[in-house]
Amino acid sequence: MEDSQWPVWEVFVQANPGISHKHVGNVHAVDAEMAIQNARDVYTRRSEGISIWVVPANAISASSPEDQGAFFEPSNDKAYRHPTFYKIPEGVKYL
Amino acid sequence: MIQEAKFEYLLRLGDSSLVIGHRLSEWCGHGPILEEDIAMINIALDFVGNATSLLEYAGKIEGKGRNEDDLAFMRGEREYRNLLITEQPNGDFANTIARQFLFDTYMFFLYEELKSSKDETIAAIAVKTHKEITYHLRHTSQWMLRLGDGTAESHQRLQNGVNDLWMFTSEMFDMDEVDAILIKEGIAPDLNKVKASWEKQVKEVFAEATLILPETKFKQKGSKEGKHSEHLGFLLAEMQYVHRSFPNAKW
Repeated sequence: MEDSQWPVWEVFVQANPGISHKHVGNVHAVDAEMAIQNARDVYTRRSEGISIWVVPANAISASSPEDQGAFFEPSNDKAYRHPTFYKIPEGVKYL
Repeated sequence: MIQEAKFEYLLRLGDSSLVIGHRLSEWCGHGPILEEDIAMINIALDFVGNATSLLEYAGKIEGKGRNEDDLAFMRGEREYRNLLITEQPNGDFANTIARQFLFDTYMFFLYEELKSSKDETIAAIAVKTHKEITYHLRHTSQWMLRLGDGTAESHQRLQNGVNDLWMFTSEMFDMDEVDAILIKEGIAPDLNKVKASWEKQVKEVFAEATLILPETKFKQKGSKEGKHSEHLGFLLAEMQYVHRSFPNAKW
């Protein structure tokens, strides 16, 4: 069946200054301007953010589920790759 | 004298926001797409919130113990002071956008002036509202361009909406003794100034949206005396039904 909906845009919202934009969902829109407005109305109605990014969903390239083993498993048994031997200074937020 | 004028003025502002907010809320579940549905209801809630603040303050100024709910739900249509344009039915989506754009533009410039009102409460409400209306106007202006400069059908529907509503626009800038008293006190702005900004903005957006400014000279007015179009009574009947059926109900 042909998709009669407008293109999908993925939405990223930054909650506070200095931290990364987080994926929150998606919206339909015909262009970037409308996508930002729709994202504002759907995802930031309750003070969730201070900045919005929208990206055409078809512009995102994703790794394939079949690659999961080859991509991610080799790191599981290499504890030295994980930064677990450092103490995190108190007062550091968003780490 | 000043208090009475202020009460009347607050009803005019508050009722316009309440009625257009209610009109927009009628789109809930009927929007052209989900995202636009949510956007319109967000905007409707902004209007109702603005009306709540204004009517609450109106009740205080009146000093007869009426709160915002009493004023919203227990007055009949002849006691309502909303502008006629705000009560006009939604029609199709283009018609709603035309109504919202013409009114949002008015509200944007009106509240810009009200931010420097000598009445501190009105000024504070205006500061908050002006931020909201800035977004509303951006939203409706975008749709004016998309529909006006869109397909032949969207253009025609928007032009029809504008033509039908045009006769209600001049009333927005009418002034009477209430305005005169409050202008003198620095509480309310001179609407001639608002009108000049409104006309300039509307012309700009119309030009970009390839719309024709209606030339009709016919004007509808009467809201300042509580004389409304036939549509308001039905709107109030629906809006007030629950409150009047179950007085003082809480949930």
